[in-house]
Amino acid sequence: MAYSLLHLAYLIGSITFIVGLKMLSHPASARKGNLIAAAGMAIAIFGTIFLYEDTSDIHADGHLRNYAWIFSGLAIGCVVGVLAAKKVKMTAMPEMVSLFNGMGGACAMLISIVEFNHLLGPVSFTISLNDTIGWSNNANNLLQSLQHLINGVSPANAAGKLVIIMLGMLIGTVSFTGSVIAWGKLNGRIKDASFKGQHIINLSLLGLLLVLVIYAVAAYYKMVDMSSSSTNPQLVIRLLFYSVLVLSALYGILFVMPIGGADMPVVISLLNSFTGVAAAFGGFLYDNPVMLTGGILVGSAGTILTILMCKAMNRSLKNVLIGSFGGGAAASNGGAS
Amino acid sequence: MDTLLNFLSDHIELVYIVILSIFLGIEVIGRVPSVLHTPLMSGANAIHGVVIIGAIIVMGKAESDNYAALILGFLAVILGTLNVVGGFMVTDRMLEMFKGKKDRK
Repeated sequence: MAYSLLHLAYLIGSITFIVGLKMLSHPASARKGNLIAAAGMAIAIFGTIFLYEDTSDIHADGHLRNYAWIFSGLAIGCVVGVLAAKKVKMTAMPEMVSLFNGMGGACAMLISIVEFNHLLGPVSFTISLNDTIGWSNNANNLLQSLQHLINGVSPANAAGKLVIIMLGMLIGTVSFTGSVIAWGKLNGRIKDASFKGQHIINLSLLGLLLVLVIYAVAAYYKMVDMSSSSTNPQLVIRLLFYSVLVLSALYGILFVMPIGGADMPVVISLLNSFTGVAAAFGGFLYDNPVMLTGGILVGSAGTILTILMCKAMNRSLKNVLIGSFGGGAAASNGGAS
Repeated sequence: MDTLLNFLSDHIELVYIVILSIFLGIEVIGRVPSVLHTPLMSGANAIHGVVIIGAIIVMGKAESDNYAALILGFLAVILGTLNVVGGFMVTDRMLEMFKGKKDRK
């Protein structure tokens, strides 16, 4: 009963997001649309808090715990959010949006980190087994595989879960650091900075990130599949995961750093759609339809909005993103368009 | 290849939702006037704050002795709430200002 109510709440939430976005794109209904989306969000959030049940959780009855933590987190967030939104000057609103967007990205990043550690299991468990009983790593792997079998997870599904976690973290982190840099730029605290060949470094960094993700997922698949040849697959995967975390934070900074202050709204809109995609990965992770629809909607609408904003400024997105890398590149791009 | 297909068929409903949502998102804001670009961006920013539901689930599932998960989850809930509450409030203020301008004209 409670669970079907939750599904109803998620359905209402998804519909209000669609209707809200639609109304937000017409001047007469925009304000109402915002309120409708906010109401739908409240329904989805409180529905989750009170009605959520995890049917696959074998340790407890599946209800959520730690209500004190949840409510104090909500209270702190509400107070700070309301104060920040009320106090901000009208002219400083875009940078506020950027900062809130970064918060969303950071939220997605933190979720992924917790879920990653949850997926691999606590560190102390494996170490104590190795130390006290002196089991070989093979036996250790076997144990883990058994654990996965008990939980009903096939290697492919487990690896798929890691893909979702890592991509969600990557995009969330890029959005987080990028938005903070964008906020600083609009604030005037951070100056534009670019160096020669930065777009080559950015592209290779992005390539490296993807390779690391693929490598980590492959290592994890082998570990679950009991065919790992590595001495300590867990350590390798952890190392890969955290290097992806650090490198994507760096990528977010390098990505926004060279873009001129006047183009910031376009970049914020782009990062906005990134966070939407990160939220959608969270929806995949929890099989949660409202996170999925909300995230993907923002992801696609945000991308289109970014392109529209570029058009309104008489520029192309490519121009905004790579046009400002170094004087020469900007000149040649300007000539081409 | 086999595993990939299996993964796809296990999650086929979600894949459909993703594809349809992408087109829906494009259609829904297709003809937005340029004055509404910034409020729409801000509104979309608030909507992706739906990620807070993930934060609540993480927080609610954390074992009470797993301090790392508790602290990270707690931070995630705070940040997500900031995104949602702040996002909707800022959008509302923007649109309020927008309406005022139009009335004066």
